[in-house]
Amino acid sequence: MKLQKNSSLALYSVLEFAADPTRHISAAEIADKYGVSPHHLAKVLSELARAGIVESVRGVGGGYRFIGNVRRLTLMDVIQTFEQPGLPESGRREPGELTPVGKALGAVLSEIDEIAKATLSSITLTTMLRLMERQQRGPAESVARRKNNGAAHRASRSRPRPSPATKA
Amino acid sequence: MDPVSIRRARRGDLDQIIAIDATVTGLEKRNYWKSVYRRYGVAGPAERQFLVADVAGRVVGFVIGEVRDWEFGSEACGWVFGIDVEPGSRLAGIGARLLEAICASFRRAGVRKVRTMLSRDNKLILSFFRSQGMMAGPFIPLEMDLDEHVG
Repeated sequence: MKLQKNSSLALYSVLEFAADPTRHISAAEIADKYGVSPHHLAKVLSELARAGIVESVRGVGGGYRFIGNVRRLTLMDVIQTFEQPGLPESGRREPGELTPVGKALGAVLSEIDEIAKATLSSITLTTMLRLMERQQRGPAESVARRKNNGAAHRASRSRPRPSPATKA
Repeated sequence: MDPVSIRRARRGDLDQIIAIDATVTGLEKRNYWKSVYRRYGVAGPAERQFLVADVAGRVVGFVIGEVRDWEFGSEACGWVFGIDVEPGSRLAGIGARLLEAICASFRRAGVRKVRTMLSRDNKLILSFFRSQGMMAGPFIPLEMDLDEHVG
């Protein structure tokens, strides 16, 4: 799965806004940070505003600010504002799509798309912000955790047991 | 809300656990839960955990899991194979408390990894596990219909 440029820009922007919902951020600031065209980004932000994810703030210190729910809004919600991942462009068929090889290949690629969609639908902005924090804390925290766990006793278990299955 | 305590499941909790599961899944599985209690209940070994969230004597959630080793080619790790909180008690951090408690048990048992598996359509629970820091693991679940692929 490859995201369209607008979707990627929207995700960068929304995560910038969601990190501090009280802060107004200008399109120019985000464009500068991610090295993208301010004009292109302005169109993306305008679309996000129409979707009720951000709102524009006028005047000195204006820009955009986040108005969505960080604990509910998922990466997929943002992406779907711009595209339907996994769906072919309307009316377009790939050459060979209806051949036996094409159909089998389509089944494999659909499998990958389904997993990607489930992943994007399960990650909220809060989860992404936490993931970013963990990645920034990174190596130091992992080393400390390994040291703490180092003294733990590892019991010997060898009996086979039934396979797990998470219940909803 | 009254304080939440996390403790091992007792036989007297079973009716409430069965009711929570039936509310969420729409199916009452009394025999299944009795069997789970026999395997994972209060008298089980330390590697097997069946914990409940108790609010003023009422069970509002549960988690079940165990430490298993060398299955699927994996070093010993904790598996969470059942977790739920009754709908009226959600969004209060009870699921997170249950998961923390079972992870603490797994750590005491000497493992450093916890895993689970669930339907990719189950966005609610997928989001919950993601929010707790879980990421896709190195295993891919596979399946096939036996009547189509014999031999």
